[in-house]
Amino acid sequence: MSEPAWKNPAVKWIDERMPIFTVMRHSAIEYPTPKNLSYWWNFGSLSGFMLVLMIATGVVLAMQYTPNSELAFDSVERIMRDVNYGWLLRYVHMNGASFFFIAVYIHIFRGLYYGSYKTPRELLWWLGLVILILMMATAFMGYVLPWGQMSFWGATVITNLFSAIPLAGKHIVTWLWGGFAVDNPTLNRFFSLHYLLPFVIVAVVFLHLWALHTSKSNNPLGIDTKGPQDTIPFHPYYTVKDLFGLGVFLIVYLGVVFFVPNFFGEPDNFIPANPLSTPQHIVPEWYFLPYYAILRSIPDKLLGVIAMFSSIFVLFALPWLDFSRVRSARFRPVYKKVYWLLLIDVLVLGYVGANPPEGPILYVGRIATAYYFLHWLVIVPLIALFERPKPLPTSIGTPVLGAAAAASARTMEKA
Amino acid sequence: MASSAQSGAHGAQGAGVKRRDFLYLATGAAGAIGAAIAAWPFIYSMNPAADVLALSTVEVDLAPVQTGQRITVKWRSQPVFVAHRTEDEVKAADDVNLEELRDPQADSARVKKPEWLIMVGICTHLGCVPLGQKPSDPRGEWKGWFCPCHGSQYDTSGRIRKGPAPANLAIPQYAFLTDTTIRIG
Repeated sequence: MSEPAWKNPAVKWIDERMPIFTVMRHSAIEYPTPKNLSYWWNFGSLSGFMLVLMIATGVVLAMQYTPNSELAFDSVERIMRDVNYGWLLRYVHMNGASFFFIAVYIHIFRGLYYGSYKTPRELLWWLGLVILILMMATAFMGYVLPWGQMSFWGATVITNLFSAIPLAGKHIVTWLWGGFAVDNPTLNRFFSLHYLLPFVIVAVVFLHLWALHTSKSNNPLGIDTKGPQDTIPFHPYYTVKDLFGLGVFLIVYLGVVFFVPNFFGEPDNFIPANPLSTPQHIVPEWYFLPYYAILRSIPDKLLGVIAMFSSIFVLFALPWLDFSRVRSARFRPVYKKVYWLLLIDVLVLGYVGANPPEGPILYVGRIATAYYFLHWLVIVPLIALFERPKPLPTSIGTPVLGAAAAASARTMEKA
Repeated sequence: MASSAQSGAHGAQGAGVKRRDFLYLATGAAGAIGAAIAAWPFIYSMNPAADVLALSTVEVDLAPVQTGQRITVKWRSQPVFVAHRTEDEVKAADDVNLEELRDPQADSARVKKPEWLIMVGICTHLGCVPLGQKPSDPRGEWKGWFCPCHGSQYDTSGRIRKGPAPANLAIPQYAFLTDTTIRIG
């Protein structure tokens, strides 16, 4: 990288003392990006946008919200009725959680399809999983804050998961609650942590981007870029592509905010929390349903909890479970098929999680749970072992330009 | 002389390395222990506070509770079920082969007076409040309590009979102050 000569004297003065402008130019403008990225590569920056939007709306909402078990429910209703634009900020925040997860889940499944977790991007993949776990904790605690029936009983059920830990479980749960049940101390600490964790996410996002900019972006062909002829600068090419995608994403997201703002909500959460009465049917938010289905499919409490947490932890081992050296599913005929089976399996688990575990649903849930683990622990390694991948193109340009043209493009670049 | 100077220097260096290693380890250990001690107040502050603990007893007058009636009392912000059991319910709880129970416990070990069953009304699975306090509630196959969250069923002694819960409904500490008054906690 050549030192850019900054013309503006103030910029130059700062950059000589702390090269912030050079670093920004290097990583947001010049950053060499594969020239063949599809729209599936939009969802990283979309997730980043949602994180910023959630923090911005959250900071303003916190100025109006009261984290007290007597006052919380009414303070949320006050935001909805009396606070200027309170209804908008809350609906943007509330549905923002759902759309943040939509963006992140698509981002993850993009990575699974194109093998973005494979060497040299293992650490990048891990940091992404850490972000997912932090997001889940943040979303769970945020859902508790309005202190409706579903908030309260969701908090009760989820914190009780820790009581499955042998010996210390009961003490851990009391410690989490700060009492003998979910109550005001619990609400207070959840609010504190709900405010803290997004900033921890910001920090891990920086590490995620650092790892990304070290190993560089993967691409739909899953082959390495071989030189400048395979890349284009991030700005303006991908800034514009990301902005266009953002526009489309916002149409859908704000469509929900303005026209069906309670689409993802539960009617029970319009009833203030009552510690003496459990709603008939407790369901978590949609983005937790597959994990919830796994939890309920196992008849043993401790094993159910272990299986639920393992469903994410198994993904940390994925770079080694899938040791095939071909990244993109485009060149992996068998992996491509089981990839879609896995996606269907996860959707089935989501459906099961939304329904009471009775009759056929219970058995569907058990089969889907078994298949989920079978996929990662058996099927994926076996495919890596036996699959015969299709021949890889020699360069990113080849599939579009043909081999000869790609070669001449390379020589022109050199000349 | 040269050789003795060399061996002296070598000896000093060897001892120096060992002493340094020890100092590093000792400093590191002292730092780690200090950090752990400093972290303790932060962690322990999240345990129940004195005012939460102070709410730990509640007295209940049983006189108005009729035979067959079940009432719910709030204790430590948890529901406590007080059931005035009928003779049939007591008999059903007694006539159980303990070997078929998941968490074997005789009915007599769960009550102080057979007609009064007092227990924490929180499902031992994931903490929901089981149904069965009202006559109109579903009470499950054993006519006790039924948890709507994940389908656990309890008998007339509050023992787990079916479903994912691992243990019987918990019995809180309580004492009969008079024939018709109890203190829970």
